[in-house]
Amino acid sequence: MKFLRNFLDKQHKHFSKGGKLERLYPVYEMVDTILYSPGLTTKGKTHVRDGLDLKRMMIVVVVALIPATLFALYNTGYQANLAMQNLNQQFPGTWQGDVANWLGLGFDPSSLFGNIILGALYFFPVYLVTLAFGGFWEVLFATIRRHEVTEGFLVTSLLFPLILPPSIPLWQVAIGISFGVVIGKEVFGGVGMNVLNPALTARAFLFFAYPAQISGDKVWVAVDGLSRATPLAEMADSSMHLSTTITDAFFGLIPGSMGETSALACLIGAVVLIVTKVGSWRIMLSIIVGAGLTALLFNAIGSSTNPMFNVSPLWHFVTGGFAFGTVFMATDPVSAAMTEKGKYVYGFLIGLLVVMVRVVNPAFPEGMMLAILFGNVFAPIIDKIFLNANIKRRQLRNVV
Amino acid sequence: MVEYYLSLFVKSIFVENIALAFFLGMCTFLAVSKRVDTAIGLGIAVVVVQAITMPVNNLIYQNVLKEGALSWMGLDNVDLTFIGLITYIGVIAAMVQILEMTLDKYVPSLYNSLGIFLPLITVNCAILGGSLFMVQRDYNFPESVVFGLGSGIGFALAVIALAGIREKMKYSNVPQGLRGLGITFITVGLMAIAFMLFSGIQL
Repeated sequence: MKFLRNFLDKQHKHFSKGGKLERLYPVYEMVDTILYSPGLTTKGKTHVRDGLDLKRMMIVVVVALIPATLFALYNTGYQANLAMQNLNQQFPGTWQGDVANWLGLGFDPSSLFGNIILGALYFFPVYLVTLAFGGFWEVLFATIRRHEVTEGFLVTSLLFPLILPPSIPLWQVAIGISFGVVIGKEVFGGVGMNVLNPALTARAFLFFAYPAQISGDKVWVAVDGLSRATPLAEMADSSMHLSTTITDAFFGLIPGSMGETSALACLIGAVVLIVTKVGSWRIMLSIIVGAGLTALLFNAIGSSTNPMFNVSPLWHFVTGGFAFGTVFMATDPVSAAMTEKGKYVYGFLIGLLVVMVRVVNPAFPEGMMLAILFGNVFAPIIDKIFLNANIKRRQLRNVV
Repeated sequence: MVEYYLSLFVKSIFVENIALAFFLGMCTFLAVSKRVDTAIGLGIAVVVVQAITMPVNNLIYQNVLKEGALSWMGLDNVDLTFIGLITYIGVIAAMVQILEMTLDKYVPSLYNSLGIFLPLITVNCAILGGSLFMVQRDYNFPESVVFGLGSGIGFALAVIALAGIREKMKYSNVPQGLRGLGITFITVGLMAIAFMLFSGIQL
C-alpha cells in the first residue's frame, strides 16, 4: 500500500498548479480520495464535531444499498427463470440468455446461484453503462468547471440501475443518466446544489420519453416478449387476478424494477441509514404515516368501480417503489427538506401523494417517483415557512 | 353538486395548472420569482384578479356575446364572439384599474404590498388564458367562479414554489452562461415534470 501512496504522491506535481496535466487535477483528486482519506485539514476556528464528511456519508448509503442490490441480482434472475419454467420455454430470447446458456446454467428458478448469475447478466451491463456515461459527464464537468468529482455520483449511479426495469435497452440507460447528471445536477453546480434527485430525474425523463420500455406489462420480467404485470397493475385492473401473496411482496419475489421489489432489503438499508444518522428517520416515518392514513381514508370512502380504493395500507407499503423510494430517494439530504419540522411535512406530502396517485390516477399505476420529485419541488418552500416561523418566534422571545 | 365543484377546483389547481401544464403567464412567472416575498404578492394578485375577472367575463359572454344571447332584444342570430378577445382584455384592464383604485382608497397596506404587480398582470396571459378557457369550455357562472379561483391558486402555488427553489439556488454554482433566465427555464421544465404527477387524474 505504501507503494501506491508513493506513486500517487509522485504524480501530484504533474496535476498541481503549473504542472503539465493541471487541467486533469479533478481526475487525480478523485482517484486519490477514493483510495485515501483527503489530506486537507480544517483551517481557522471551525470545530469539527464528527468526522462525517461527504465521502463517508455517501459510502454509508452505498453500504445500505448492498442488500437491495444483492436481492436485485437474485430476483431479476429468479423472475426470468420462473417465467420460463411456467411457459416451458428454454431461452429468454436475449443475449444475456445466450451467455447464461453458454455457461451451462440451465435456467432453474430453484437454483440460487443460477438466478444470481442470470440476474447479474442483466444488472451489471446497465450498471456499467450508467457508470461509464454518468462518469464521463461528471469528469467532463469537473475538469472544465474545476470542481471535485465527489462520491455523490457513486450513489446516483447505483440508485439509477436499481430503479430501472431489467429489460431496459442500454442506449436508453445512457441517455437517461446523461440527462440526470447534466440537467438534474451539473447545470446547478454539481453535488449538493441540485434541486431534484438526479437519479429520479433521469428515470422520470426516460419514463416520459420512452414509456414503452419503462412502463406497461412487458418490461418487468427479463424474458423477451413476456407480459407480466406488477402487483400494483394487477390490483388496479379489476379484470386481472392478483397473483402474489403479501409475504412474497414483502420479501420481494415479485416483478418490478430491479432493486425496488424487496421491502425487506430496503428495511435493512433503512436500519443502516438510521443508525448511522445518514438518512432521516423523520422523513421515512412521516411518509409511512402519510401513505397509511391516506390509504385508510380511501378504504373508508370505498368504491365499487375502482378496486384500488380497497387496497390496504400494508399492500401499499410492500409493493412498487414505495419502500425503496421512502428509504433511499426521499431521504436524499440535498433535495429533501432541511428543517426538522419541515421533514415531517415533506414526508407526509409524499406519502399522501403516492397513495393518491396510485388510487385515483389511472394513467400511472405507480406514483412514488413523481411524488418524490413533487416533494423535492416544494421542499425549499416548506423549509422557508418553518425558518420564517422560527425567526418570528425568536424575535418575539427577545422583545425586552 | 358540491363534489363536482370540488373536483373542478382541484383539477384547475393541480391537473391543469395554468403555469406548469399550459405554460401560460411565463413572462411574469419567470420575472417575478426571484424572491419568495414578491412571489407571494404576485400570487395573491393573480388569485384576486383571476377570481374577479373570470366571473365578469363569464357574465358578458353568456349574456351578450354568445350566439343567440341577445334574442331577448329580438336579435336571434347575432353572434358577437368575434369581439370576445378584445372585450375580455378590456374587461380585465378595467377590473384591474377599479380594483387598484379601491384598494388604494380603502386598504392602502394591501395596495402597497401588491405594488407594481396589479397593473403588471393586466397583460398576464394566464389571466386572459383563463377567460378564454372559460369560453371554450362554456362554463356557467358558478363554474367560472370556481375555475377562476382554482386557476389563480394554481398559478400562485407554482410561482411560490419556483421562488423557493430560486432562493435555494443562490447556493448553487450555475455555469456562467446559464445564470439568470437560462437556469430558471431548466428549473421550470423540471418542475413541470414533477407536476406531471397529476396528469391523467380523472376527477
